[in-house]
Amino acid sequence: MLRLALAFFRRLALAAGLLVAVLAINFMLIHAAPGDPASVIAGEMGGSDAEAMASIRKAYGLDKPLPEQFITYISKSARGDLGQSYTYNRPVADLILDRIGPTILLVLTALMFAIVIGTLLGVFASRRPDSLASGAVTVLSLVGYAMPVFWTGILLVILFGKVWPVMPIAGMRDVRQFGVGGWPAVVDVLHHLVLPALTLTIIYLAQYSRLARSSMLEILGSDYIRTARAKGLNEWVVTFKHALRNALMPVVTIAGLQFGNMISGAVLVETVFSWPGLGTLALDAILGRDYPTLLGVLTFSSLLVIVANLLTDMSYRWIDPRLRGK
Amino acid sequence: MTVAVLSPTREAWRVFRRNKAAMLGLGLLVLILLVMLVGPGLYGVNPFDIASTPFTEPFTDRRTWLGTDYVGRDILAGMLVGGRATVLVGLAAACITVSIGLTVGSLAGYFGGWVDMVLSRLTELFQVLPALLFAMVLVTLFQPSLGVVIVAIGMVSWTGTARLARAEFMRLRGLEYVNAARAMGARHLRLMLVEILPNALPPLIVSATLVIGVAILFEAGLSFLGLSDPNVMSWGLMIGSNRRNILECWWAVSFPGAAIFLTVLSVSLVGDGLNDALNPKLHLR
Repeated sequence: MLRLALAFFRRLALAAGLLVAVLAINFMLIHAAPGDPASVIAGEMGGSDAEAMASIRKAYGLDKPLPEQFITYISKSARGDLGQSYTYNRPVADLILDRIGPTILLVLTALMFAIVIGTLLGVFASRRPDSLASGAVTVLSLVGYAMPVFWTGILLVILFGKVWPVMPIAGMRDVRQFGVGGWPAVVDVLHHLVLPALTLTIIYLAQYSRLARSSMLEILGSDYIRTARAKGLNEWVVTFKHALRNALMPVVTIAGLQFGNMISGAVLVETVFSWPGLGTLALDAILGRDYPTLLGVLTFSSLLVIVANLLTDMSYRWIDPRLRGK
Repeated sequence: MTVAVLSPTREAWRVFRRNKAAMLGLGLLVLILLVMLVGPGLYGVNPFDIASTPFTEPFTDRRTWLGTDYVGRDILAGMLVGGRATVLVGLAAACITVSIGLTVGSLAGYFGGWVDMVLSRLTELFQVLPALLFAMVLVTLFQPSLGVVIVAIGMVSWTGTARLARAEFMRLRGLEYVNAARAMGARHLRLMLVEILPNALPPLIVSATLVIGVAILFEAGLSFLGLSDPNVMSWGLMIGSNRRNILECWWAVSFPGAAIFLTVLSVSLVGDGLNDALNPKLHLR
């Protein structure tokens, strides 16, 4: 347990270092972009107004030397102050907190379905390499890889918006249901969630089913499986209890480590379905030249990825005793 | 029974040729490239010109076979020309990706120690930044031109190649033939480029083809969000500019999307085929 705790603190320190590095990249970007950093921060909102520029320079300490500015930037960010959005006239951190829920809901729903269905598909495919399930996994992984995420979404919009209109294709709530609370509100959100989550699931299903299949195939050939079979155990027990547990490890690892790709996919899906998450916030920020918000979203989603990596790493150590303390 | 000994390249081609899926991918890819090179010249319609009434449905008007978009631009003309920018960006970005990834990965894997420590942390940092968001920020801060889009995609997608190259160099640097070369006085650069790199190449070539596919998808994603060069017609730009009219004008987004899908599919089929062909362990079966 002590070694686990030590490993945890070591990872935590590394994670903190990574976060500072992300902030450093943001800081460099602001200063490397063409034009005055003050105008980058102000965007086009206060860009022409000399007085506004001067006040931004003062507020952000842009008249001070660079190292000092960097220290201020880091310590402000550490306190959760990601700056002020000029478009919304609100702190960036508040804007992000408003949008984080929908994004997490979308990503976790898709991740859960992709892992569960993908693993099951992979298991059945590995049991019979020449079966329909195996063929389906091969086709699915090829097609899922090559489909642009947003195109999958658009096809679903066309299907459910024009051909068979039974699903809402935009937003998170029905306009007629604003102000309604309780169970109807939950049902409404879930109804709106179906298509965006389905789009994201299709993409990741491809990956996980292929991964689960190759991992299962490898495990099913190992000695302890032969032993389990030789003991006369039921094939179902061997498959699900003995093999699947070990085969799941790489799936969980990849799922955790690819959280960043997941967020990238979510940005596109949110745009297609006008889902009010971090991705649409970032895109609105780009259209409005609202750089503090844009950089805030980048920082915050990097933080999400760092946390996801940390959790994966720790759960991995917790599941697999051989890795503890390493 | 005599066994014909072929050169490695011919042997790989022999294996590749027997792979139906890979040959299908190669055929499709050649077809797409041909259409994209010759098509615009034969068709001769400027994809930015207004060709007919907006929202003309496909297969209804003989002047505009694939219909027109919300401005009245000819979809077919855009389809023919649009692949050039998409594929060009994909190839150029893949070159940058492989260059950065190979440099970082080979140095880390070959030297190990603190060089590896520093470069691995750098790789981790770029893995933590969500690639699409980071590319969005880069393109926004430095204006969406073709060059910036290429560099942005290259900068965010090199980590996979770096990890692969690192693992390969780490595995090969301790092998006897490398030690022998070192004992004969070969310098670092020679060891890395002449001794190790050729043997590390097969998996890197396979990953490079996958990188091309990913880069094309990336370009498409950025253009869909409206972050591509507005003066260069591309499949992504067609989708992006018609994004708000999906329901009124489904053909303007579906056709270019299908083109991207088929291109990436053919590239990845070729990549899978190369993977089988370049992996000597599979030849024995």
